[in-house]
Amino acid sequence: MKFYENSAIFNYSWEQVAQGFWKRYPNPNSKHVLSEDTVSRELKSGKLVSKRILTKTNNIPNWAKRFINTTYVYIVEESIVDAKNKILVTYTRNIGFTKVMSVTEKVTYTQCDVNPSKTVATRYAWIDSQVRGFSRAICAFGYERFKKNAHKMVGGFNHVLQNMYPHQHVIQTGYVTATAATKLKDAAKNASELAKAAPMYASLHPN
Amino acid sequence: MNSIGEACTDLKKQYDDCFNSWFSDHFLKGRTNDSMCAPMFKVYQDCVKKAIKAHNLDLDDVRKDLLGTPQEKKPPHKP
Repeated sequence: MKFYENSAIFNYSWEQVAQGFWKRYPNPNSKHVLSEDTVSRELKSGKLVSKRILTKTNNIPNWAKRFINTTYVYIVEESIVDAKNKILVTYTRNIGFTKVMSVTEKVTYTQCDVNPSKTVATRYAWIDSQVRGFSRAICAFGYERFKKNAHKMVGGFNHVLQNMYPHQHVIQTGYVTATAATKLKDAAKNASELAKAAPMYASLHPN
Repeated sequence: MNSIGEACTDLKKQYDDCFNSWFSDHFLKGRTNDSMCAPMFKVYQDCVKKAIKAHNLDLDDVRKDLLGTPQEKKPPHKP
C-alpha cells in the first residue's frame, strides 16, 4: 500500500470553493471525465450528504492491460458539507477492479486559519493492489499517476473558480485602505498568484 | 457535464441548476429545507437509476457508505 499526502491553498473563500466543488467538471484538465451523476443526497443533522458516480476513461500503459482490460472506470464520490463549521470532506474510490488496483482519496476543504478568504485542501490517498507478484509495481505506477493527476486536479479546479469569480481579486484590492499596508501587500500577492494553488508538501509512506 | 445515460443529461442539468441555486442561496445561508429541488431530483433519479443498471457496475459496492464510518481509511501514524 502506498500513501500520498499533500495540501493546496485556494485563493477563494470556503463558500466559493464549496460552490465550485459541484461545478468543477468539465475543466481543461478533466477530459478523461465522461460523466457525473448524483445518485443520493440528503440532509443529516444539518449536513449535506451526497453520493455521485463518475465515469472516466481508463488510460493505462500497455503492460497493465493484462490486469485491467476495460475502457471505463467507475468512481464513487461521497461528500459531506458542514456549512456551519465550514468543512467539506470528499471520499472517492474506484468501483470494480479493486483487487488489481484500488485508489481511495480523501480531501478536506477548510477555511484557512490565517486568512479566512483562502481555503486549505488537504488530500490523502491510499493506493493498493492485491495482484500477487505485481502489487509493488502496480502501486508504484498508481502512486506516480495519482501524484501527477493531483496537481492537475488542483489546476482544473482553480480554472473553474477563476471563471466563476473573475473579479474577485479586483474587488479585494478595491477594499484595501491606506492604513492596511500588510493587507495591500497580501492583495497584490493574491493578484500576482492569480489563483495558482501552491502545493505545500508531498510525502510518501511506503508500508 | 454529461450524465452516464445520454437520455438523462437534460434532466441532470435541470436538477444541477436547481441544486446549485439551492446550495448557494439556501444551504450555505443556514436554511435547510431541501424540498425545492426534490421533484426534479426524483425525475432525474428515475432516469439515472435505469441508466446505471445498463452499465456493468457492482451496485452493492456503490451503495456502501464509507465516509464518516469506522470503515473509512485513516492516514498512517506519523513518527
